[in-house]
Amino acid sequence: MNSLFVYCEIEDGIIADVSLELLTKGKKLAQQLKCKLEALVIGSNLKGVEAQLFPYGVDVVHIADDKRLAPYTTLPHSNLTIKLFEEEKPQIALMGASSIGRDLGPRVSSALKSGLTADCTSLEIGEHFDKKNDKNYENLLYQIRPAFGGNIVATIINPDCRPQMATVREGVMKKEIFDTAYKGEVRHLDVSKYVSDSDFIVKIKERKMEKSKVNVKNASIIVAGGYGVGSRENFNLLFELADVLGAEVGASRAAVDAGFADHDRQIGQTGVTVRPKLYIACGISGQIQHTAGMEESSLVISINNDPKAPINKIADYVIEGDLSEIIPKMIKSYRQNTK
Amino acid sequence: MKGLKIIVLAKQVPDTRNVGKDAMKADGTVNRAALPAIFNPEDLNALEQALRIKDKVPGTTVTLLTMGPGRAAEIIREGLYRGADSGYLLTDRAFAGADTLATSYAISCAIKKMGNIDLIISGRQAIDGDTAQVGPQVAEKLNLPQVTYTEEITDVSAKKITIKRRLERGVEFVEGPLPMVVTVNSSAPSCRPRNARLLMKYKHASTITERQDDSEDYITMYTQRPYLNIEEWGVQDIDADVIDLGLSGSPTKVKKIENIVFQAKETRYLSNSEADINELMKELVENHTLG
Repeated sequence: MNSLFVYCEIEDGIIADVSLELLTKGKKLAQQLKCKLEALVIGSNLKGVEAQLFPYGVDVVHIADDKRLAPYTTLPHSNLTIKLFEEEKPQIALMGASSIGRDLGPRVSSALKSGLTADCTSLEIGEHFDKKNDKNYENLLYQIRPAFGGNIVATIINPDCRPQMATVREGVMKKEIFDTAYKGEVRHLDVSKYVSDSDFIVKIKERKMEKSKVNVKNASIIVAGGYGVGSRENFNLLFELADVLGAEVGASRAAVDAGFADHDRQIGQTGVTVRPKLYIACGISGQIQHTAGMEESSLVISINNDPKAPINKIADYVIEGDLSEIIPKMIKSYRQNTK
Repeated sequence: MKGLKIIVLAKQVPDTRNVGKDAMKADGTVNRAALPAIFNPEDLNALEQALRIKDKVPGTTVTLLTMGPGRAAEIIREGLYRGADSGYLLTDRAFAGADTLATSYAISCAIKKMGNIDLIISGRQAIDGDTAQVGPQVAEKLNLPQVTYTEEITDVSAKKITIKRRLERGVEFVEGPLPMVVTVNSSAPSCRPRNARLLMKYKHASTITERQDDSEDYITMYTQRPYLNIEEWGVQDIDADVIDLGLSGSPTKVKKIENIVFQAKETRYLSNSEADINELMKELVENHTLG
């Protein structure tokens, strides 16, 4: 059975979280399909990089190591990936829906005339019956994604073209070690066979990268805390929940003024306006100054001691009670339901 | 330096950002046909980048290229009012049902047909699909380099272009040769508004299909003012293989569509019991609110 490939992003010698999340998901799919999980790492100074990958259950790591291959540029990485996929013929190829994966993926899919679904929120294996041609397909990748500004959820399949390609955003899938003792095989690619000098015509002149920064504005899920959270320490609970859900932490002005959270997380009239698909308001009373910045959220859950808190009026769900009891229950339940 | 030939790829999209009451069906799902059709926002950012080059380099022409039904000519007029020089509408039943691959094939055939293009600029992605795939796929099909996530084209000369890219975690300045495909982010400067003089000049700009019902007087006007013609191209005009277009040229198929149901706001109160919380989390996972 042909393998499942994950293109792994790497920055400063560290494999990106989104790639490890895809390996975690990829391992589950590969087990279901009874095929190998293979990783492709392209960059420079990659000695020993396989040690970061094997614990995720990777069977084969393909390494293309050349000082011209870092940082990422389109043509060398895409031509290398295209040629390797032509040789290896993976049945599925996954990439992060990052500025790298969304630059690389379409180029590779166009060259291979293979379908690509961007920004999937869920990946499953399933079958498909084509009524017109009376043909049944088994073990297809269901690529599930929202479309139309989140108003519909579509399941996309590629019945005939391989690889079936999909990108997934960081934080959507969970990252989980498969087996710390797992060992696979390493294959070093002869870069000159895959990449020519003319692939390096677009040059990076300057690069200013920051460590990942708070980005409340664009988060699709927000866990926000108010004065009712009580302390900076208690905010750690919110961070734990956000980490598990792939969410960002926000705060009301009252919480920021009290020093429980930093100003770059402030939501409301004096902070940022957000429109996430899910807003979990923890200990937020819901003054107009705050709700003005979040009332367009698709779904609001309010967790509050006070059943009369104004925010409950705009919430879809109200859970009455204490944060320190409710959040751990949510984390536990989420883990059970997404196994 | 001599002027550049620039193509701006644009798409007419339903305005998914403003789903009002009128666009809701009784069952709480969105009536897509009732949404207003607009110029895809990031394609306007792309148009502005092209117009800025036109401002700087005399002799530069900016041509809009769009694919869609007849009414998509509206966005070409919108582009002309803001400073573009001409427009092409790709419209044919054979294009219908195309995924991004079949779409980029049709667009790349049209660009080949136009010939001698220096620069192709488009928005990063369209708000109805959010895929960001057509730009890079057009580049691959034309065998051109690409620069995505562009915030600003900082410099352009006869053979070279310098671009500032805005990525998740920083910025990158890159330099490459022309011709090239560039896709532009929403963090780029907004497009200039309509110009009153251009609005007067182009208000009768139309495709041949749109003119079918016009009277004789108007036909004379179009012969005298050829710039009012929005070129309309079908399959036979772009030398495309029909098998690679539309549904048959699309490797991806939509297996299932689930409409997200927006219920009337009615707050549900839950206790802090494990059972209640579990029921909520299960529901959120099942309806894809949580990944």
